[in-house]
Amino acid sequence: MDAAAAAALADRLTETAAAARLPASLTEGDPWRPRPFRIDRWRRDLSDTFTVDLVPLDGPPLTFAPGQFNMLYVHGAGEVPISISGDPDQPERLVHTTRAVGQVTNAMKALRVGDTLGVRGPFGTPWPVEAAFGHDVVIVAGGIGLAPLRPLIHAVLARRERFGTVVLLYGARTPEDILYRAAVTAWRGRFDMSVHVTVDRATGRWSGPIGMVTKLIARGGFDARDTMAYVCGPEVMMRHAAQALIDKGVAAERLFLSMERNMKCAIGLCGHCQWGADFVCKDGPVFRYDRVAARLAQAEV
Amino acid sequence: MVPMQDMDDLLNAHPFFAGLSPRLLEELAGCARNERFDAGDYLFQEGGVADRFYILRHGQVAVEVKAPHAGAVVLETLHTDDTLGWSWLVPPHHWTFDARAVTLVRAVSLDGVCLRGKMETDHELGFHLLSRFVPVMGERLRAARLQMLDLYAPPGLTPPA
Repeated sequence: MDAAAAAALADRLTETAAAARLPASLTEGDPWRPRPFRIDRWRRDLSDTFTVDLVPLDGPPLTFAPGQFNMLYVHGAGEVPISISGDPDQPERLVHTTRAVGQVTNAMKALRVGDTLGVRGPFGTPWPVEAAFGHDVVIVAGGIGLAPLRPLIHAVLARRERFGTVVLLYGARTPEDILYRAAVTAWRGRFDMSVHVTVDRATGRWSGPIGMVTKLIARGGFDARDTMAYVCGPEVMMRHAAQALIDKGVAAERLFLSMERNMKCAIGLCGHCQWGADFVCKDGPVFRYDRVAARLAQAEV
Repeated sequence: MVPMQDMDDLLNAHPFFAGLSPRLLEELAGCARNERFDAGDYLFQEGGVADRFYILRHGQVAVEVKAPHAGAVVLETLHTDDTLGWSWLVPPHHWTFDARAVTLVRAVSLDGVCLRGKMETDHELGFHLLSRFVPVMGERLRAARLQMLDLYAPPGLTPPA
């Protein structure tokens, strides 16, 4: 697409956006224009997973709520939706953890400190934090599903006195695949939070549990009837984790999960991420379980 | 040696036996005894005679299989309150895998020969025991299937559905 055509398309979409009565927060700035950010820190988490810390080249930092995502634009490669995985109380560093699986994310993996990225966002629905005030909090993560949950963990720990028991249950493929190992170890060392990690298979010196994260849920350690639960991981894992939480006594309307679909426009216009009656980019990615449970069980929705 | 009444209480307190009548608990207690294993001890080994099952009171047990070049591959771990072993129910009553204590393990074992003898004549006991074992088997099968899916594998490595 040449520049003129792109501009025309952007105009048309902006009009459509106005017609669709999008929230002012989206139409105020230009939701189509990426802001330039500089990579301030780059680190490898796992063999195929890396984290970048971004700082804006101009303008204020990008404030966000836990669970939201940005569209990251890699020059010459394209744009991908990536959840934000930093601390929402420290927005001056925008942190994204990415698994290199496609053309854009592989191009992003090749970037280094000092390189620039384009950022649009933040988009999407957040994990409800305040709704859990006065309740126990159970966070269930599978694989790199821990990344979109980390801002929630930060937010909960920053207001720790507002919650009852706080539990993190994390399932990883192997002990070597535990994401944010230093952070997980530090959380495990706290007196006001319990952290249980299980792996699907272990080699070497792992002496922890081996098995599905659903088994950690069944073992409990929280007051299920007064618990808010947050789940993120592969869809099959989320379905089984949600069922295990409900079997334990957690109410379906106190259970939230984060869906992944192919987001393109990120503001509910293009339809790439349509999931039943919802667009994952604007109605999600965080959904209340009872509103999507029926759809979750269907293939190819 | 734990006095009989204590063993009744101990079994009664375990979730696996929740809801059993005092008579059935007493029957079970007659086949039960306390056991202790140090880290590294085997509770049983593949091919051995499956003459009991365990309810774990404390500790962690690895269910594993010895594989050439890979040493022992741990299939899953079991923990406090879990139930271990059902080969005693199924002829020819041989263990299918190894069970190794990862930590200090305190358990109650129930003698399979003793139980099979009672279940032959006491069908109420048989019914209540089997209706407690089947959900455990179902849960283990579900967990094994999910593990087989290798859900957290990088895309492309995931086996086709």
